[in-house]
Amino acid sequence: MFRYFVQRLLVMIPTLIVISIAIFVIIQAPPGDWIETYIAQLVAQGEAVDPAKIDFLRKTYGLDQPFYMQYLKWAGGLIQGDLGYSFGHSMPVNEVVGDRLSLTVVVSLASILFVWIVSFPIAVYSAVRQYSVGDYLFTFLGYVGLATPSFLLALILLYFAKEYFDLSIGGLMDPQYMGAEWSWAKFQSILSHLWIPVLVIGLPGTAGMIRRLRANLLDELNKQYVTTGRAKGLPPGRLLVKYPLRISLNPFIADIGSLLPELISGSVIVSVVMALPLTGPMLLEALRSQDMYLAGSFLMFMAFLTVVGVFISDIMLALLDPRIRLGAGASK
Amino acid sequence: MNEQSSSHGVPAPLPHYVSTAPFDPYSVERTTAEQEKIYLASQWKLMALKFRRHRIAVLSAIVLGIMYASTLFVEFLAPYQQDTRNVQHIYAAPQPVHFFHKGEFIGPFVYALDYKLDMQNLKRIFTENPEKPLKIRFFCRGDKYNWWGVVPGDLHLICPPEGGPMFLLGSDRLGRDMLSRILYGMRISLTIGLIGVAVSIVLGVILGGLAGYYGGWVDDIVQRVIEVIRSIPHLPLWLALAAILPVTWSPLLVYFGITIILGLIDWTGLARAVRSRLLSLREEDFCVAAQLMGASPRRIIFRHLMPSFMSHLIASATLAIPNMILGETALSFLGLGIRPPITSWGVLLNEAQNINVVVLYPWLMLPMVPVIIVVLAFNFMGDGLRDAADPYR
Repeated sequence: MFRYFVQRLLVMIPTLIVISIAIFVIIQAPPGDWIETYIAQLVAQGEAVDPAKIDFLRKTYGLDQPFYMQYLKWAGGLIQGDLGYSFGHSMPVNEVVGDRLSLTVVVSLASILFVWIVSFPIAVYSAVRQYSVGDYLFTFLGYVGLATPSFLLALILLYFAKEYFDLSIGGLMDPQYMGAEWSWAKFQSILSHLWIPVLVIGLPGTAGMIRRLRANLLDELNKQYVTTGRAKGLPPGRLLVKYPLRISLNPFIADIGSLLPELISGSVIVSVVMALPLTGPMLLEALRSQDMYLAGSFLMFMAFLTVVGVFISDIMLALLDPRIRLGAGASK
Repeated sequence: MNEQSSSHGVPAPLPHYVSTAPFDPYSVERTTAEQEKIYLASQWKLMALKFRRHRIAVLSAIVLGIMYASTLFVEFLAPYQQDTRNVQHIYAAPQPVHFFHKGEFIGPFVYALDYKLDMQNLKRIFTENPEKPLKIRFFCRGDKYNWWGVVPGDLHLICPPEGGPMFLLGSDRLGRDMLSRILYGMRISLTIGLIGVAVSIVLGVILGGLAGYYGGWVDDIVQRVIEVIRSIPHLPLWLALAAILPVTWSPLLVYFGITIILGLIDWTGLARAVRSRLLSLREEDFCVAAQLMGASPRRIIFRHLMPSFMSHLIASATLAIPNMILGETALSFLGLGIRPPITSWGVLLNEAQNINVVVLYPWLMLPMVPVIIVVLAFNFMGDGLRDAADPYR
């Protein structure tokens, strides 16, 4: 087990390096560097451009150095927790993002929990009572959930809340806690606001999860050992929980790998629509104004979150499933 | 009586039935015409047979077929041009179509709109004028257009009535007809899915094919690349790539840029499907035989293996199209996708971003409906195709 753990950890590092190079190439792709954008901005605002300051900035951020040196500087800063300098905000990225990163983690985790809690009973019900009215209903709702992009769902929810209840459901906490220190009251306020974005972000993922779990469980239920168990007189509930359910639970953990990127993608656009203080609106703003350090840091953060999430899910899966732990999965 | 005779040594022959019909040893093997149709059908025919049994999938295919066919004649179908402004009717609500005027049947018509400005919240209020029925015209001359930008014409299926505008689905902030704009948007939104999928099929088949056929280090590299791409959330990556498209590009160039970006990221699923099919197929006897006879890898992949996984490829590609359409909608909705004057459903929804506007003018959310219908239809059709892809089961 320890061996597997270390192996997976070592695989993660080159993956992260390749991702960071790819992201750096993307943020470097627009012609010119940030300094030029910055100068253009200053000139547009009618301010004087101090050549000494420009030179200083170029030196500090190594923009006079070759490409790979710039990359090393950026990546080295990332490792030490320095996310670079935002030119749109004229301050270090670390100060711009505030608690957006931690809130993004909170929302993502809550969405995964939501997906699990909602999809588990529904999938089990749909599989055990296949072709019942409830099964058809949930299957249909699942299709609609898959087909409705989350930002449209967010819009519809916002519309109904405003039109019929005169509520404004944007935001993630009461206004007085914005930018405040973390406290119990702030935490509670976040909790009470959290459920709507979590619902919206999690719904498409839930629909997919129900489909997969239902299909898996149905496969298991049609196997011979289930028939044998039933013939030997095992009570139905026990028969279900003891074997087929346990086996078909694998996707719950294995699918984090595909679920997490989906949830983060969803959270980006939902947070724009619902004005949540997450990474989404700021990423969009940074991309629009070509504030590339900021955008790159956000992209890297999201990729990092996903890679770590997949890593954790792999480890959990190995703990849960001896076939993977003992290396039988390698022949896949 | 029977017992008696048997006890006396000579058993009487047991009564049994002998058919007088001539004996035909092949009668069991002979197939009926019905069975013959299935046994002798080609793979594709079998798939068609199986697909036809999936009712919803067939229905979805028909809906999609109609929609794609109508993208060819958008200019003819739309009552207005996509940019025709109606300055007097900004944010007009959808007009219902009536058939009876004062209890008298006069065919489909709309009532003329009276305009009033609500001085309290400066909301434009349009009310129907029940005295003025305006008959809708069919097959008529209306806005001039260039069909696909080339053939000039002015024939429309429906035209606004003489003496008044017609907004069956309302109008937007410039007084442009929503129905016409949704129809024009359909052309862009639907084709983007097709072109994007074409890009990702090419990438997926080539890279997945190489990985699956050669295995070894080629496979390793492709697998790692797929892993890296999959571990970056798609939407932020699309956003970043869309953001670096030069501002100086024309909208048409941006359109192609966006489709390529969508395809560039989305090929991983297809590549995986191709790879796993190839991995199992290359162990089959017919493939080994071809290798022993000295066929080149290219010939083996395209001549022998491709037909075997083509059906799966089509099914997976069908299931990938809705992702592309949703991706484009999301990008344009956020303002980083297609740029006006090219209109897609996402561009239309971009106007519905402000919730206060949406509450006042809810018909701006209408482009959502075709998006959901198309995505649902593609999902159903893809499911049907996937079930049909393995007709020998």
